[in-house]
Amino acid sequence: MPGVTRLSVRNIRKSFGDHEVLKGISLDAEDGDVISLLGASGSGKSTFLRCINLLETASDGEIFVDGEQIRMVKKNGQNRPESQKQVDHIRSELGMVFQSFNLWSHMTILQNVIEGPVHVLKRPKAECIAEAEALLEKVGIADKRHAYPAHLSGGQQQRAAIARALAMKPKVMLFDEPTSALDPELVGEVLRVMRALAEDGMTMLVVTHEMSFARNVSNRVVFMRQGVVDSSGAPDDMFGSGASPAFRQFIGHFGGEQ
Amino acid sequence: MDIAFLSSAMVTLLKAVPMTLLLFSLSVFFGGLLALVIVTMRVSGNRLLSGFAKGYIFVFRGSPLLIQMFLVFYGLGQFGVIRYSFLWPFLREPVVCAVLSLALCTAGYSAEIFRSGIRAVSPKEIEAARAIGMSGFLLVRRIIAPIAFRHALPAYSTEIVLMMKSTALASLVTVWEVTGVAQRLISQTYRTMEVFLCAALIYLVLNFLILQGMALLEYSLSKHRRAAPPSAVKA
Repeated sequence: MPGVTRLSVRNIRKSFGDHEVLKGISLDAEDGDVISLLGASGSGKSTFLRCINLLETASDGEIFVDGEQIRMVKKNGQNRPESQKQVDHIRSELGMVFQSFNLWSHMTILQNVIEGPVHVLKRPKAECIAEAEALLEKVGIADKRHAYPAHLSGGQQQRAAIARALAMKPKVMLFDEPTSALDPELVGEVLRVMRALAEDGMTMLVVTHEMSFARNVSNRVVFMRQGVVDSSGAPDDMFGSGASPAFRQFIGHFGGEQ
Repeated sequence: MDIAFLSSAMVTLLKAVPMTLLLFSLSVFFGGLLALVIVTMRVSGNRLLSGFAKGYIFVFRGSPLLIQMFLVFYGLGQFGVIRYSFLWPFLREPVVCAVLSLALCTAGYSAEIFRSGIRAVSPKEIEAARAIGMSGFLLVRRIIAPIAFRHALPAYSTEIVLMMKSTALASLVTVWEVTGVAQRLISQTYRTMEVFLCAALIYLVLNFLILQGMALLEYSLSKHRRAAPPSAVKA
């Protein structure tokens, strides 16, 4: 359903002590949008992503997921979510993929994938297993379903983590540098899965250093710098003549990939 | 070697094994439950609860179990509140006193063992669970506790074996378990060596069985740390 706003973030601020990391960031994602968040390390892009599903609590600002606002209250001067129940619900609608996969080490790949649907969404186990096997097929590791995370390569673990997030049938997928912890030869297999997901119409927010992904797969590029959005736009404009001086300098560091 | 005496001593001691097992299983069970309460308080983040748990652990780890047992057995009856309460019919029983003091003591040690297990759970795995919408008891039940228990298991087996041996102290508050019966037998026969050797053998066998059981449990819970089976390796 293009035109439906899946995620809307208004004026998010976040400080760690005296240090303000996010200085008022806004962003809207419509259904099917694939947005790449670029920026040097320390620009606040990961913190921004983690504020969206409240792994970090923003000091100020509003977040709407599929039209539902996350209710916040001020307590002792600190911004806090009003209801843990709502937070859990919102999180179940946002799929998160971490830099270091964060699979549950004591569970098999299949158990990792069905954990959320069975225990958070409380759906029938048999149904979840069937869906999980289809998802593992889709990310290309169906034969690993009874293996444990430690027995898989990084690329396979990350694909399992993507399947785990997809099993929750999320409205939006958040990727926090999904290929940064991988050996170079394993990056491709993860990017292929992400590209297929984008082509299926999944709404995605991707913090990444993969310029080729930002340029060729996403339909919008947001460049963050020192806690603000420096510039944003369609990849062709951003990587073409429309680039801001700061962005031009930033992508200059990735010269080999242009 | 007096085989006839050894075997009759062994038979006498074996009759006391059920009492030793009763002391052991009740104190491990209740001590384990209490340890869960204490460790929950300890990691709760609430300063009052955590302070209480710290104090509890300090007292029960820091003082001799034998003295704790004497205090429960000889001491509690001096308080009118207890002497005349509905609890007295239970608390005047030596077995109850022994189980109570064993459980209170092991709870302190076990709480610390469980806490070390909890601390070893990767924050990243907890974060992944939060990110799919888990919190509170669900998060503890599905992610934190299973991982923490696996980390704590080797140290916890040691604690359980120590408990088996600590049941011997119950003989000093007049419970007729293996060690108590052994001492009675020695006072009747003056054959210290044979009787205590038989008793030691019984404890060795019991602990061997416990350790085997714990090793089996540990093995079945650690598939994820072993090398992958050949079927999982082939790409």
